[in-house]
Amino acid sequence: MIFGATDGMSFTSELLAAAIRLGCGVRLLPDEALPVAPCVFFANHSSHLDFATIWAALPPAQRHRVRPVAGRDYWEKTPLRRWLAVRVFHAVLIERQKVTVATNPLAPMVAALDAGASLIVFPEGTRSADGKLQPFKSGLHHLARARPTTPLVPIFLDNLNRILPKGDFLPVPLVATLAVGAPLVFDAVEPKPDFLARAHHALAALQRP
Amino acid sequence: MNPDRATLIMVGGIVALLALSSLITAVLKSRQPTGTISPVIANLDARVRAWWVMVAIFSAALFTGGLGSIILFALTSFFALREFLTLTPTRPADHRALFWAFFVVVPLQYVLVAQQWYGLFAIFIPVYVFLFIPIRCALGADPQHFLERTAKIQWALMVCVYFVSHVPALLMLDIPGFHGANARLVLFLVLVAQLSDVLQYVWGKLCGRHKIAPVLSPSKTWEGFIGGTLSASAVGAGLWWATPFNPWQAGALSFIITLMGFFGGLVMSAIKRDRGVKDYGALIEGHGGVMDRIDSICFAAPVFFHLVRFFFT
Repeated sequence: MIFGATDGMSFTSELLAAAIRLGCGVRLLPDEALPVAPCVFFANHSSHLDFATIWAALPPAQRHRVRPVAGRDYWEKTPLRRWLAVRVFHAVLIERQKVTVATNPLAPMVAALDAGASLIVFPEGTRSADGKLQPFKSGLHHLARARPTTPLVPIFLDNLNRILPKGDFLPVPLVATLAVGAPLVFDAVEPKPDFLARAHHALAALQRP
Repeated sequence: MNPDRATLIMVGGIVALLALSSLITAVLKSRQPTGTISPVIANLDARVRAWWVMVAIFSAALFTGGLGSIILFALTSFFALREFLTLTPTRPADHRALFWAFFVVVPLQYVLVAQQWYGLFAIFIPVYVFLFIPIRCALGADPQHFLERTAKIQWALMVCVYFVSHVPALLMLDIPGFHGANARLVLFLVLVAQLSDVLQYVWGKLCGRHKIAPVLSPSKTWEGFIGGTLSASAVGAGLWWATPFNPWQAGALSFIITLMGFFGGLVMSAIKRDRGVKDYGALIEGHGGVMDRIDSICFAAPVFFHLVRFFFT
């Protein structure tokens, strides 16, 4: 495991994070910008680099506990993807297609949060081809309802679809930007569509005009 | 190549100038009411600090001889191209063309500089890359804004790579009686262009009243332009002993450098205003991006290079 909380690895991971920040042109977020406790970061999704960019920009305390949530169907398709997802990114893999009680995608996410991890989720469900923000799937609402006190932090990523677009494997070193919004507070009586609209709006508001 | 006496004197002069700037900034800061600092002074402070870093890197490259300068300007081109193309809208069909631009065109252009292959250096980007970029974009099969997209990529490569590569290309000029001293030409060009920027800023802040192009660049004034270009040209003329030129030639070439530098700043500002940004980036504290710092050099370098090549080799 390259990404992780073990002390022996922290120097390597610091170095890797600095290299990713240099490569994508994003700055290290200051500690004050984020809650200290485990939280759910929700971001727009347009590139395979999205998780690595957020991971690298997080201050070390959050970086060491954060895990991406990713689709099992995609990330278990080849041995390379599986190695990247499980060993390198330490991802929480969830079922997207044949959801049953036994493969409930919520359970591993809640378990990770309870174990002290922060999560990165992409509520659009998949990568956007043109970089435009797509409608949210309802997963974010299920997660928020299951752990209503966990802060929900919106993160907007700009330009990553140009750096490494969907369907290509060669990155182009343009400058990405990363914007963090104020945490959302879950309200148990708010209807699901309203909550999802509010979350979508909070993320869209971080987009540069 | 060991640094000679003249190079050492010039670098020493720059360090003395920077020390003076740091001193003046410190005095200005101490005169501020306690606890507050005006944005202008804070920016000045950041700029002077960044100058120290830039001068350290540039001197180190200069003292390592040819290869150091070539690598430094190749990296400068890479980062400038990155800022330029980030601001320039392209489409997914251009992705591979952009990959070639960063990882093939930039290194190849500087390999040509290192090989001192003037013939290909002079036409590689204006001819072969000009042909290649639209071909690679066309293979993406997306006609929307096609001419605009390829023109923007070509423009970015001309300004950020082709023009900038003319600075280390000065090392390949064979000037009678000036063998092994071409690094001083690089220093002369960069020093005069940057000093002109600084002096235009200083004159503008001290007595700037009449704006030249308020829409494109609100900080450019006639007072700053005239004071800056003339005083930088005077300094350039005073550096004739470090160059293959006589004082008049050094002064005239310096004046052309400052003039082209001014127009370079103006053109690059027009692009920024069109894209609705103030700076090309945030890599250099107080200055903005790499492109904000080298816009004057981009436009001055090819003209200076060809004038020296035509009249002195």
